[in-house]
Amino acid sequence: MNLITISGPPSSGKTAVIIKTAESLKMRGIKIGAVKFDCLATEDDIAYEKAGIPVKKGLSGQLCPDHYFVSNIEAVLDWGLKEEFDLLVSESAGLCNRCSPYIKEIKAVCVIDNLSGINTPKKIGPMLRMADIVVITKGDIVSQAEREVFAARVHAVNPTAIVMHINGLTGQGAYELSTLLYDQDQRVNSLKGKKLRFSMPSALCSYCLGETRIGESYQMGNVRKMNLEEK
Amino acid sequence: MPSKEMLLLSSPASLIRAYPFLVVFFQNQPINLLKNEHLKLLHILKEIEEEGSEDTVFEGGHFVDQLQEYILQMEEFSGISSQRVESLTVMPGKDKSGEAENFDALHFRKSTITSIVGPTGSGKSRLLADIEWVAQADTPTSRTILVNNSKPSSDWRFASGKKLVAQLSQNMNFVMDLTVKEFLELHASSRMVANAAQIIDRIIDAANELAGEKFKADTPITSLSGGQSRALMIADTAMLSSSPVVLIDEIENAGIDRKKALEILTGEEKIVLMATHDPILALMADQRIVIKNGGIHKVIQTSAAEKAMLTQLEESDKKMQKLRTMLRSGEAFETLYL
Repeated sequence: MNLITISGPPSSGKTAVIIKTAESLKMRGIKIGAVKFDCLATEDDIAYEKAGIPVKKGLSGQLCPDHYFVSNIEAVLDWGLKEEFDLLVSESAGLCNRCSPYIKEIKAVCVIDNLSGINTPKKIGPMLRMADIVVITKGDIVSQAEREVFAARVHAVNPTAIVMHINGLTGQGAYELSTLLYDQDQRVNSLKGKKLRFSMPSALCSYCLGETRIGESYQMGNVRKMNLEEK
Repeated sequence: MPSKEMLLLSSPASLIRAYPFLVVFFQNQPINLLKNEHLKLLHILKEIEEEGSEDTVFEGGHFVDQLQEYILQMEEFSGISSQRVESLTVMPGKDKSGEAENFDALHFRKSTITSIVGPTGSGKSRLLADIEWVAQADTPTSRTILVNNSKPSSDWRFASGKKLVAQLSQNMNFVMDLTVKEFLELHASSRMVANAAQIIDRIIDAANELAGEKFKADTPITSLSGGQSRALMIADTAMLSSSPVVLIDEIENAGIDRKKALEILTGEEKIVLMATHDPILALMADQRIVIKNGGIHKVIQTSAAEKAMLTQLEESDKKMQKLRTMLRSGEAFETLYL
């Protein structure tokens, strides 16, 4: 089985891109399953089901979705193996731009949209910088110039990635992406011992554990202060 | 291409001197590497590592890999203009029923216009996707695309700054909050063109010639009218886009001189493909492709009779435009105009 991690800011079009790409893969007889990681709520599992793709969803609740992802991805892989998928897609929303959900040697795709603004690529961390493929969506509603400028910014942030333009509504470009995703010779049977491409955002303070009161005396653990003196 | 060792022994300042395009690369790093721009990269990276790179989401080894790759790609990219695309050729594949397409080879040459007709869902998008992806008998249609009559390099697929097709459609909008001039400067800088100021002036002049109402260089792009926006997009795509092929999805028949728009594109040596169901636009093309059931059904060269018809159609179109202008300015119609 192949495993692919797909990530990107909320509402960038991840699910639409995956579903359109899956249509092309299914036509080649490739069996696909998906798992959707989100924070508080998602209805994307319904979209997957409608498209005939077996799906599991995981909501991280008050935990960092990245940490939740990495603590569950092994079990999710086992589910995929049991279901005998050819390709398992793990989709996770990048909520804070510091996300780092990619695993070494596991293909990583970042989905980002033209409407997010040309300064956005710079603001996104490992999720964009360490991806193998960057998919840019919503190109049908902005001008050619803005598309070119945005793609140039993405390129400056991640020169090694393949950059693709996909229309999540019509599926234009999805067939092409599908040819890059599935590798017949790749077998991922276990993730044990594999490493993340970059460390995840870290925090362990009283607020992580449910503290709601404001004030220095309630702050414990990994707490950092802004420097308001420096000019 | 410089080796990693050499990069590490250079300072950011000296690298930018050697490769001016690296300014953008350095600006887009999550950490300011230009603070001590005369120190060797090796020392700067070491210092960052000692400070603890986890907070800054930065990893020195990965950075040097990306730096090397960026220089390699940008150097290739700046050499593109020397290898111009003179023509594209579509070699036949098959339609949705698996029937072979009935033509030998379909050529699109620079400075020519091809219109594409056929009902929605007939396979127009697939044809354009085949061109964009420079299909090599590896898409559902099994078509093959040649560039300058030979098998194209895979760069056309994968290199970020090198895309075959630029697009212009009626749904497109400007979403940036900039003036016309700032906007064009931004586009020019991403293309690293040498004579930006001159090109920007030309684009604004050309766009003003296309749109009925004039706009200025300091007009915010979001306050342009529909016609002005379209005119600016067309002139900008003609003169600043790196893509040799321009795909147009209809041009509305209001607020813009469509004939001149096409002239600007062909004048800049673009290969123009135009999906349209407007007889005037379709006949302005040199040839038209009829798409049916996912395949190219017919290729029609625009005949002399059709060109003569175009002149008549343009006459009646002018009358319509005139009436529209009168309507706008509150005049009453007199029968003598018809």
